[in-house]
Amino acid sequence: MNREQLVEELKEQIIEQLNLQVKPEDIVAGDPLFNEGLGLDSIDALELIVLMQQKYQIKLANAEDGPKVFQSIDTMADFILANQPAAN
Amino acid sequence: MSAAVYIAGLGAISAIGNNVQENISALKESRAGLGPIRYLQTRYADIFPAGEVKASNEELAAICGWTGTNSRTAMLGYLAAKEALQDAGLVQHGTTWMAGEENCKVGLISATSVGGMDLTEDFFPDFLANPHAGKLRMVSQHECGAITEKMALALGISEFITTISTACSSSANAIMMGARMIRNGMLDVVVAGGTDALSRFTLNGFNTLMILDSQLCQPFDKGRRGLNLGEGAGFVVLVSSRVAAALGKELKIVVSGYCNANDAHHQTASSPEGIGSFTAMKGAMKMAALQPSDIDYINLHGTGTQNNDSSESTAIQRIFGDAYPKMSSTKSFTGHTLAACGGIEAVYSAVSLQEQCLFPGLRIEVPVIEKPGVMVQTFEKAEGIRHVLSNSFGFGGNCSSLIFSLV
Amino acid sequence: MRAALVKNELYINAVCRVTGNRAWKNGQLFYEQPGAAADEFLVGLYRALNLNYPKWYKMDRLSRLGVAAAEMVWENYPDCRPFEKAIVLANSHSSLDTDTRFVSQMQEIPSPAVFVYTLPNIVSGEISIRHGLKGEQAFFVTEQPDPEFLHSYTRSLFAAGKTRVCLMGWIDIFGEQFNATLYRISAESNDSVLSMEFTIENLYQYFYHEQGAVS
Repeated sequence: MNREQLVEELKEQIIEQLNLQVKPEDIVAGDPLFNEGLGLDSIDALELIVLMQQKYQIKLANAEDGPKVFQSIDTMADFILANQPAAN
Repeated sequence: MSAAVYIAGLGAISAIGNNVQENISALKESRAGLGPIRYLQTRYADIFPAGEVKASNEELAAICGWTGTNSRTAMLGYLAAKEALQDAGLVQHGTTWMAGEENCKVGLISATSVGGMDLTEDFFPDFLANPHAGKLRMVSQHECGAITEKMALALGISEFITTISTACSSSANAIMMGARMIRNGMLDVVVAGGTDALSRFTLNGFNTLMILDSQLCQPFDKGRRGLNLGEGAGFVVLVSSRVAAALGKELKIVVSGYCNANDAHHQTASSPEGIGSFTAMKGAMKMAALQPSDIDYINLHGTGTQNNDSSESTAIQRIFGDAYPKMSSTKSFTGHTLAACGGIEAVYSAVSLQEQCLFPGLRIEVPVIEKPGVMVQTFEKAEGIRHVLSNSFGFGGNCSSLIFSLV
Repeated sequence: MRAALVKNELYINAVCRVTGNRAWKNGQLFYEQPGAAADEFLVGLYRALNLNYPKWYKMDRLSRLGVAAAEMVWENYPDCRPFEKAIVLANSHSSLDTDTRFVSQMQEIPSPAVFVYTLPNIVSGEISIRHGLKGEQAFFVTEQPDPEFLHSYTRSLFAAGKTRVCLMGWIDIFGEQFNATLYRISAESNDSVLSMEFTIENLYQYFYHEQGAVS
């Protein structure tokens, strides 16, 4: 799938996985997810790791890599495109 | 209203022993009980080390003298509580408990987080596949209170029974509540502590939080990677001074201080400044009318997670400054026994005082607290110790500290 | 340090009851949504309270119920230090509602956000975070609400001198059945109309009757 579709898909998945009360249109792909922006916390970070595994079959072995990967929807999309197992 | 609360009996079962004696020998000989999971059926058997009690459910049932389906949590709890009652020397005539010639009102305050879940999680897969499958007796013990009631029935305690479930501080809170009830004259004797069995539920859950160590844990080491789960039960028998006198033994250890506070920071993480731990430790010392310099040893909560050990050491530093008491985490032997840890560590603290010695924390290479001699790393004789502080900090921000003292 | 209080002077300054798709505040019906599923009702109550606390949506059902109930009875006590604010709760189902959800997820990949709530005292933690309660907390698991026990336990916290306000009560949910009764207790009687003495009889009224029994 192309990057734009992935970004849209990610927005919807995050809203569902994290029980967020916002609409996809409200999320800016380049905005920080943690601290400001959506104000996600450490448990949300763990949920995103689960999301990566469940939906994209990418396993994050180190929780410390989290902050870099999950900085924004954009960084998440980049990470997925770079690491997704082949055959897509 | 300052009636003393004595410790009259101890009971414990854990990865390092099936009774107090075995536990203490292992502590003295630096023999940890952590390793690959061999009793619980789990896909994590060779991935995460844990501290299992070295007995199958069949073996435990045989020791308990129980037939039928039994929750491991209930069996562990029963064995430890029974050992403590026998150690105290209380005797039952019919339904009346006696200490020497005196009648006493006895209560059981137990703590657990798993309850009968070890059976329920075995029931579920069958049930989910087919609503008529699975044996209902596997779920009848699920509820935390059901475990306590089963223990109470087997122990012969009926006058007061309750269950506390506040995560990792549960059994410390049980001891605190027991002490309160004795001081207020509501009960003469309280069997207080906690029990938890290893379960897939907890293993999977802690794994999703990414705080498990895939190697043997290293609490209070700068390179620590997380915790190892454990299982077990620890109970103390608390008695009033009237009962202490009636028992005719020279009881030397009292619960001299306790305090419970909330971190109010996060569901599972402690605040960086360790505000809950700080408050709990200070409060316990205030109640015991002790200065920081009076504390001879701290049995740390010391789970080995980045977060706990950091907050706990920060709180300790704020209270003690550079004048640290000696300290160690016995979770390096037993793993984190969840709701049982307060009870098991109370037993270890009491023995420490009784035998005038200090138990080590294992596998420390680069200690979090750098001052030499503070982290106890090998078994030590310690003549003259009088006050021991024991910490138990739980999820939900529930922080408890207990102080045991020699009279 | 204030002069010692006469032992009996503790007051229930606010009480709420949430059950059967109705929420009662101090004996008055505050919100209802007959026929709605429990989840829908709770969201409706959240909105009716103007809670405005996005974290609520991430909580499990027990914490959602507890935080909503706390919102109905809490009031700020600027004179009290955080460590003087306590919370004492009990229920019969512990965290079973969330436990079963977690177990069904365990077949694939369990959710950390769900696991975090598989302990009954997390609801105390959530209420404490929201209202800055850093004092004593306790969570008891008993078959039925035990007004006598909760009454004497709460009294003992005040008697020890460390607690000056306490949220106390019963918060229970399992499937579509839920029942929350929450009291705010302190030594001051804030309101001559609403406040009542902290006695076992007064507790019993609300545990077993929504509006408080006819008096």
